[in-house]
Amino acid sequence: MIADVIQSPAQATYWLIQGRVLFLVITLLGVVCFAYIVAKRMTPLMRGAPDFRFDRPLARLVKVLQFWLGQWRHPRYRTAGTIHLLIFAGFIILVIRAFSLLILAVSDHFVMPGGHLYDILKDYAATIVFFAVGIAAIRRLVFKPARYAKGNTADAIFLLALIGVLMAADSVFEASKAAAHAQTGQAVEFLATLSMPWVLKNALISASLPTLQHLNLGAFFTHEVTFFFLLCYRPFGIQFHVETSLFTIYFSKLDRETLKPVRWGVPDDQLDQVKSFGVKTFEDFTWKHMLDFYSCADCGRCSDQCPANAVGRPLSPRFLTTKARDYSFRHYPMLGRSNNGTALVGGIYSEDEIWSCTTCGACEAECPLLVEYIDKIVDLRRGMVDDGKVPQSLQKPLKSLESRGNPFGKMEKKRAEWAKANGFQQTCPVKILNGKESAETLYFVDSITSYDDRIQAIGRATAKILAQLGENFGILGAAEKDSGHEVRRFGEETLFMALRDHNTEAIRATGVRRIVTADPHAYNALKHDYRFVPEVEHISQTIARGVRAGRIQFNPVEYPDNVYAYHDPCYLGRHNQVYDDPREVLDAIPGLQRVEMQRSRDRSFCCGGGGLALFYEPKEEQRMGVRRVRMAAEAGANVMVTACPFCMVNVEDAIKVAGMEGKMTAIDLAELAGQQIAATPNRED
Amino acid sequence: MEILVCAKRVPDTSENEIELNRAGNDIQRDDLVYSVNEPDNYAVEEALQIVDRAGGSVTVATVGGEDDEEILRREMAMGAKNAVLLSDEAFQGSDGRGTATVLKAFVQKRNFDLILTGVQADDGAAQVGGMLAAMLDYPFASLVTSIEVVEGRKLKVSREIEGGNKEINEIDLPCVLSIQTGINEPRYVGMRGIRQVASVPIPTLDAADLGVDAGHVGERAAKVKRVDYFAPPVGKGAEMLEGSREERIDQLIELVRAKGGLK
Repeated sequence: MIADVIQSPAQATYWLIQGRVLFLVITLLGVVCFAYIVAKRMTPLMRGAPDFRFDRPLARLVKVLQFWLGQWRHPRYRTAGTIHLLIFAGFIILVIRAFSLLILAVSDHFVMPGGHLYDILKDYAATIVFFAVGIAAIRRLVFKPARYAKGNTADAIFLLALIGVLMAADSVFEASKAAAHAQTGQAVEFLATLSMPWVLKNALISASLPTLQHLNLGAFFTHEVTFFFLLCYRPFGIQFHVETSLFTIYFSKLDRETLKPVRWGVPDDQLDQVKSFGVKTFEDFTWKHMLDFYSCADCGRCSDQCPANAVGRPLSPRFLTTKARDYSFRHYPMLGRSNNGTALVGGIYSEDEIWSCTTCGACEAECPLLVEYIDKIVDLRRGMVDDGKVPQSLQKPLKSLESRGNPFGKMEKKRAEWAKANGFQQTCPVKILNGKESAETLYFVDSITSYDDRIQAIGRATAKILAQLGENFGILGAAEKDSGHEVRRFGEETLFMALRDHNTEAIRATGVRRIVTADPHAYNALKHDYRFVPEVEHISQTIARGVRAGRIQFNPVEYPDNVYAYHDPCYLGRHNQVYDDPREVLDAIPGLQRVEMQRSRDRSFCCGGGGLALFYEPKEEQRMGVRRVRMAAEAGANVMVTACPFCMVNVEDAIKVAGMEGKMTAIDLAELAGQQIAATPNRED
Repeated sequence: MEILVCAKRVPDTSENEIELNRAGNDIQRDDLVYSVNEPDNYAVEEALQIVDRAGGSVTVATVGGEDDEEILRREMAMGAKNAVLLSDEAFQGSDGRGTATVLKAFVQKRNFDLILTGVQADDGAAQVGGMLAAMLDYPFASLVTSIEVVEGRKLKVSREIEGGNKEINEIDLPCVLSIQTGINEPRYVGMRGIRQVASVPIPTLDAADLGVDAGHVGERAAKVKRVDYFAPPVGKGAEMLEGSREERIDQLIELVRAKGGLK
């Protein structure tokens, strides 16, 4: 065997030390440091609250394939997403290469597995990653997308640069060896055409052998040191997700529509024994929620989509996470013991910040790493409620919910009066299922539709449609209490449970087989928060079924010039994926012109929130509803169709606030359907 | 500092539609929901905050019956250490002076440095606090909007006076203060909190325990008696301004100026 003209790093001598020894020391040092850092980072997770995430491994694997390996959500932001996809794919390919180099550092003439095909792949991968981090850095430095503002740009650039150094060093290592071999007529490594090593090899082809030898060893050393430095530096910043993302996604929430219980493993009837509710100090977070903090890449997509952030409320989901992460780093320092914890609210978070969330879910629909926000917000609120820290504006409605079962403090006996108003009772009698009457279907009305003068019209439209469909239906009347949907989401779990138990009993006593509601918040509560109640359907689904079966026919629109835009209510769309039924209903109305707003379906923009959110007085620069109404106008619409009573309140208010009366009107899907419904179904066929 | 807060259970005006009964001598009492009188709740919160700063404990007392225990529990859930129900058939139908007499007897049985009442009850006449102070021969300040404990046995209190202005007074302890709403932001009491104190025994003291002469309290001793109840006649409806938006704005400014709202 002919001696290689290029000495292998393991054989070479660096500053009088043999390469093998030097690299063994560097590797050991790097691995030990990394292990120590990870162990430190794991400490709070061990002390965190329990979280049940070890079930359904197959479903979790599917999540990993889709969201981790498949980078499913990245293309939602085209440029950044594409760059990330390239870097990620490159990293996946280069994992084998990285391990090969680590072995090569201590073992002579180690032959990389994978053969030529892999050699070509990894050359291109390194090249693509090099250019991708370059573009990413230019984006951050020159184009400065707004969502990166207030982030740690220097750190981001530094991390990108380190990746660039890794790629360049590897390429120089390859290129210098190939150039030397070519010069001396030895077997030349195959380098992929036009890849970075290939270009460098051609550039170095006439360099002297000693220069090539120096370059070769220098590049290897640089790669080795950078690799371990990066490994140990990542856990201190936004690139920790390189290590944690796989776990974050594997352990991500499978039933995203449900809300986290107060404490995992404690059944409702034993909750009274739990000393403290919710999250008050860092250790009250579950270990998975802590892992979320570590995994956040600070990409800002959550806050870019967050309606609260958009209208200047003191909430940005991104900072909710990064503040917690920074706190945990301070609270659990690398050297020494953990400091005494402080209260999170009043410390790193303000009360207004935590109350500002409408739980619309836009942030969670966007996060590429499936970081959870709503559960954390609700847990923080549970902690505040437990400590009595509830804004005065919410105390009255909560008290009324406790004593009267509705947030307005109205009398229970007046809950069914909407069905009597304007002579409605004569045209469409609504049964009250109080033991004497029975029915197949229960119409769950909920508080706002029962008591609000304007919204009662949605109730009557819903009843009219059900009657038209020939449904044998009735309502609970005075026996119905608020579904408690927002009571739960505002952190008052005990009151929610009382409302839920009351309604569950009342519903079961009627013997109905299914439930229909026109309120997405009630729909979501009955579907996901309640147990042991019949199947529930939103009225838009009922109408769509009627349309499909030919049981509902619509008259053509009266004003064909009107342009309609459908606004997806958060709890119908994003939280329950009912996107198509309402659109199908609209499209079944002859002559109805419909446009889509730019932000629709799972990117719908919350109108301001429902339930208790109507009572909360946020600090904000603008109303969410005003923004939303303007979006509809930009789409060319002059009628906004909603399918939620709270959307109606917010949108109609916003039309007035925005001074758009006469230019924009709002109508509920049930109202529109009720108005357009043809008196008798078409029986021609 | 040992603080007593005198509280009352009243029909919550925000959750009831108050109507007269047929006889016209009282309001319709079935289907009413009750809560702690709002200013009293502020008084309890203020007491808790003082104790947080200066130490001591808070006792809440009410004159009433079994039903009134619910507000004592709510205030205990809020943080009051002790609650006492002052209850006797003889107390029923007391006027303000009668209620003050019962409270005075209770205060004399214990040692309180500070006694707080709400500025007035939703269904009351804003008189018990002042009468109690007079009976005890304690100094009294009404409409208190802030309390600061100064060294020794003194408080610095601010009071709301005409025109939204404030005056600051120094007052010696022990004293009685009537608390105005808005002095603080009372903490929230949820169902869970109430459930946690549900089985704490609340002592009941009757006339004999308190040493109150039954002849001095109750309906027969009352010197103020309710003779009628009526709802005020519905006045003229709201004035609707007419004209273009600018004209309506001008008219509105004129109206506000005429009432002294703009200077």
